[in-house]
Amino acid sequence: MAEERKPKVNQGPGGRRAMGPKPAIKNPGKLFKRLMAYILKGYTPHCILVLVCIVVSVFASTQGTMFMRTLIDGYIAPMLDALASGEAAPDFSPLAAAIIKLACIYVLGILAAFAQARIMVLITQGVMRNLRNDMFEKMESLPIKYFDTHAHGDIMSMYTNDVDTLRQMVSQSIPQLISSAITVVTVLSYMFILSVPLTLVTLLMVTIMMVSAKKVGGLSSRFFLSQQIDIGAVNGYVEEMMNGQKVVKVFCHEDEAMEKFNELNDKLFDSAYHANMFANIMGPINAQLGNLSYVVCTVVGGLFALTGISGLTLGSLASFLNFNRSFNMPINQVSQQFNSIIMALAGAERIFRLLDEKPETDEGYVELVNAKEEADGSLTESEKRTGLWAWKHYHKSENTTTYQRLEGNVVFDHVDFGYNDEKIILHDVELYAKPGQKIAFVGATGAGKTTITNLINRFYDIQDGKIRYDGINVNKIKKADLRRSLGIVLQDTHLFTGTVMENIRYGKLDATDEEVKAAARLVNADGFIQRLPDGYQTRLTGDGANLSQGQRQLLAIARAAVADPPVLILDEATSSIDTRTERLVQKGMDALMEGRTTFVIAHRLSTVRNSNCIMVLEQGRVIERGTHDQLIAEKGKYYQLYTGNAVTA
Amino acid sequence: MLKTLGAQIKEFKKDSLITPVFMILEVIMEMIIPLMMASIIDKGVETGDMGHICRIGGLMIVAAVAGLVFGIMGGKYGARASTGFASNLRKAMFENIQTFSFANIDKYSTSGLVTRLTTDVTNMQNAYQMILRLCMRAPISLIIAMVMSFLISPRLASIYLFAVIILGVILGIIVTNATRHFSQVFPKYDDLNESVEENVSAIRVVKAYVREDYENQKFKKASGNIYSLFCRAENIVAWNSPVMSLAMYSCILLISWMGAKMIVGGSLTTGQLMSLMTYCMNILMNLMMVSMIFVMITMSLASARRIAEVLGEKTLLSNPENPVYEVADGSIEFRDVSFKYHTEAKEPVLKDINLKIAPGETIGILGGTGSAKSSLVNLISRLYDVTEGSLFVGGRNVKEYDLETLRNEVAVVLQNNVLFGGTILENLRWGKKDASLEECRRACKLACADEFIGKLPGGYETHIEQGGTNVSGGQRQRLCIARALLKQPKVLILDDSTSAVDTATDARIRKAFKEAIPGTTKLIIAQRISSICDADKIIIMDEGQVMGFGSHEELLKSSEIYREVYESQTAGSGDFDEKGEL
Repeated sequence: MAEERKPKVNQGPGGRRAMGPKPAIKNPGKLFKRLMAYILKGYTPHCILVLVCIVVSVFASTQGTMFMRTLIDGYIAPMLDALASGEAAPDFSPLAAAIIKLACIYVLGILAAFAQARIMVLITQGVMRNLRNDMFEKMESLPIKYFDTHAHGDIMSMYTNDVDTLRQMVSQSIPQLISSAITVVTVLSYMFILSVPLTLVTLLMVTIMMVSAKKVGGLSSRFFLSQQIDIGAVNGYVEEMMNGQKVVKVFCHEDEAMEKFNELNDKLFDSAYHANMFANIMGPINAQLGNLSYVVCTVVGGLFALTGISGLTLGSLASFLNFNRSFNMPINQVSQQFNSIIMALAGAERIFRLLDEKPETDEGYVELVNAKEEADGSLTESEKRTGLWAWKHYHKSENTTTYQRLEGNVVFDHVDFGYNDEKIILHDVELYAKPGQKIAFVGATGAGKTTITNLINRFYDIQDGKIRYDGINVNKIKKADLRRSLGIVLQDTHLFTGTVMENIRYGKLDATDEEVKAAARLVNADGFIQRLPDGYQTRLTGDGANLSQGQRQLLAIARAAVADPPVLILDEATSSIDTRTERLVQKGMDALMEGRTTFVIAHRLSTVRNSNCIMVLEQGRVIERGTHDQLIAEKGKYYQLYTGNAVTA
Repeated sequence: MLKTLGAQIKEFKKDSLITPVFMILEVIMEMIIPLMMASIIDKGVETGDMGHICRIGGLMIVAAVAGLVFGIMGGKYGARASTGFASNLRKAMFENIQTFSFANIDKYSTSGLVTRLTTDVTNMQNAYQMILRLCMRAPISLIIAMVMSFLISPRLASIYLFAVIILGVILGIIVTNATRHFSQVFPKYDDLNESVEENVSAIRVVKAYVREDYENQKFKKASGNIYSLFCRAENIVAWNSPVMSLAMYSCILLISWMGAKMIVGGSLTTGQLMSLMTYCMNILMNLMMVSMIFVMITMSLASARRIAEVLGEKTLLSNPENPVYEVADGSIEFRDVSFKYHTEAKEPVLKDINLKIAPGETIGILGGTGSAKSSLVNLISRLYDVTEGSLFVGGRNVKEYDLETLRNEVAVVLQNNVLFGGTILENLRWGKKDASLEECRRACKLACADEFIGKLPGGYETHIEQGGTNVSGGQRQRLCIARALLKQPKVLILDDSTSAVDTATDARIRKAFKEAIPGTTKLIIAQRISSICDADKIIIMDEGQVMGFGSHEELLKSSEIYREVYESQTAGSGDFDEKGEL
């Protein structure tokens, strides 16, 4: 029934991401701004502190470099001169004082570096936590449609890949970007102070560096793109083949599989080789151009110092040469970070797109409350759980509140529905279920049985017509309350990591252990649970992988039983489970259906026969309706299905 | 492990050897430059020798350009070696997986194999590249810088040595502590993501029970835990940069003080002091790099181990030496067969099976989950080997046949049907490579697939998505049956292959089989009693044993299990659609 629920898997914004190139980011600037705003939210003081720390550490390190000049010009040269002019033992005490002063600055720098690292941990991890929480909370609020139209792998990859690349960006790239910018500005101004001509030489070299980096970078990113495509192709193929490995064996298709794989693998090698090569070349080019810049400055500076042009001293030259190094380094680093920033921004875009998704809307105002019946037969609200439920209806115009007993009366009035507006898949469905009645849906796969049940609890909203619940239009009922009044047992069972007890209690969070056990007994699940190694405390992992299909189903039924809803939606399992458990499951379902309005997608004869009304669906239309006897007498489609006459005759 | 992996370097050995050489040459060029700078300052500037400045300056430029060339070559060969290695690893793994028997495949999960072929290989590629390029570069550059420093002034250089040792020890402590913490965090982190995945797939349950807030609370708690664990681990790493700064600054201060004294004392020149400062940065940076490489390599070891495991896996089934290429007929005989999935397992999955099936018979197999029905049929096409006893197909032991011959003559439609990305026709031709459209159509008619294929917009050229997600379960099953029929096998095994097909179609398929391929032995595993009750004989399986073997009527009389199942399915708890069949 998967195709019924998933009208267009893989056509969501992410698409099959692994297969294609990463989409280009439309507005990186805006995205970056939004990301910064997100980081600053809640961490503004931290960020300011980090900024201060960065300034202090840059200051400390530039002071150190400047010290070279002071050391050589201010102390060593005079002392050497003094020595040359025959003065006695040179006085080292001013130098000692200067070194102690520098030491103090250094201590500040070290403290700043430490503080920065520590605060950055807080910011990074905090932002990641907030991001995950926001994403999860948003995800939980989204309509079912989102999950049906987005591949689960793509949703997951946001939590894993995208959050991870973003973490790298927040923890490394952004601070480095900031510190690089500050370093470049500071160093540049010091360099100008030391020597204008040499600074101009340095800038010229940097320009050459950037131009060549851009050239190589452009080539590299082109190959990276094709590498990305080839990786996607190889991964896709590998996944497909590994899934079908047994089929490959059965059909002796190993050689063909190998051949196709080699073809894809060779292509990947080619693009990966080129992509890596250009990425690798980038490093030496930057480093050696940096060296060249250093060399040119040394020679030109040496000549300046020798001839005394522009008043360059030896000490200034020493400092300048070190600055030249520390000027090239941040530029190098930024160019290396560039690729990861782009990748992180692409991830950020996907994450923000999730955060921007429209949540499930709910303009309902009718609430479900516990009620008790007064002596005069009227209903009043009750704090306690009374077992009697009422719809609390607030009338704005008259400012009055009325209560109406929850009974389980469901009516479909000329309902049309399609997963999108262009393609209507349910046509003019009419349906009326009286309290306590059992309505069975019968029909071939794809006839629309599951779709109808998706509409009652408003997983999807209908295009036309009305669905009424106890006479109230379901659109007017608060979604949470509507769903609370409906119990659902899905065909494919989903269990959560946790104990058996916790899984059953999912139906009613405040249920006592005794209530849980009673529910399990009611649906025949108690027996097998008792036999589990730790009974009710047995831990389930990986969607209950340690249980059989039938046992999982029993737990899902028990979960619905503990919720004790007045209306039940059941999707009977068709999957093959062993006969013994199957009988237990059936008995469990029967026990649960007792006395409740039930909509059941039926596969079992007994369910169908005992139903108050059978709806035969074909291609989204109700083609027959009635009791078993009526439909048999009609000799229509149901009769055909039932007797199989059309088949074996 | 390293040997297994190393064997895959193959044709990239030359690149792998040449890369470090270029990297070392590049480092040497880089290291010479500060030395020459000292010479310019001391011999050129201080003595006023303009010619010397220009000469050495020229040499420096040559060194820088040579460094550039070496660097580019190193980058190029490094990229070739590492991507080539990765490509070979992928190929070798994929090739080996193709030889896997079912028992080998069972050992690994699908996603596990995919990870090994993708993420793990990428990790190895990066690690290998780093080993070739940085593993040589960083330590050698450290050593050269150290040697140069010692050449300039052993006294001052010993400060570096001292700093390197201290810093090395501290970095070592940080790294080991941090990796320990991280190795605790990552599994928790995986758990968190798993719970997200759980929520995504069970979103209908969450919404149906209105548990969004509950899940949010649960998630917040878990992500809060991760937060504090990560903070603890990252806080250790946070020591890195201040410790590094401390070491560097201490060195600079000490060198400045002692260097100044030595210059004044005449045992050092200003230029040399400047070179020493440059080397100082170099040494400490490279030390940091070494510690980083160390971390990265330990992290990639896990990937290496996982890859080596797949490469080292030996297939448990192989072709006999003089294989038989002809299967005489579709007769099957089990003689005292017992079977275990693992030799270490205590209880056999199948016990003392003795069965004789004549060619052309239709055999139904019935039994609960875990009764080893699939295990029984999987032995016939030698997807697994029997543990004890022997199994004959066409009068010969299955171990005597060529595997491909046997599997072509014994066609199995597995329980987990898989279709592959491609057109319907392409998928069908898995059964017979050169099948004509007419042949395919005939097979599809037999499998009752032709009727729905005809309604598809592209007919037989309709594209099937990976895993066959764009056709319904029943359609998928019918296509898989057609695919197997194209083999024109002597034995056809359907392992619960019509469970999603409605009973009417199911009956038509069986009818078609009876009429069109009467000579083929047909084994049908089913849950629905209607699917098998008209078979020639029915095998009743229970807990790995044959509990009954006979026709419907015989079993109704003799087998209690059969009677029970029969009654339960016909007394109103069977599948609704199947009533017509009984």
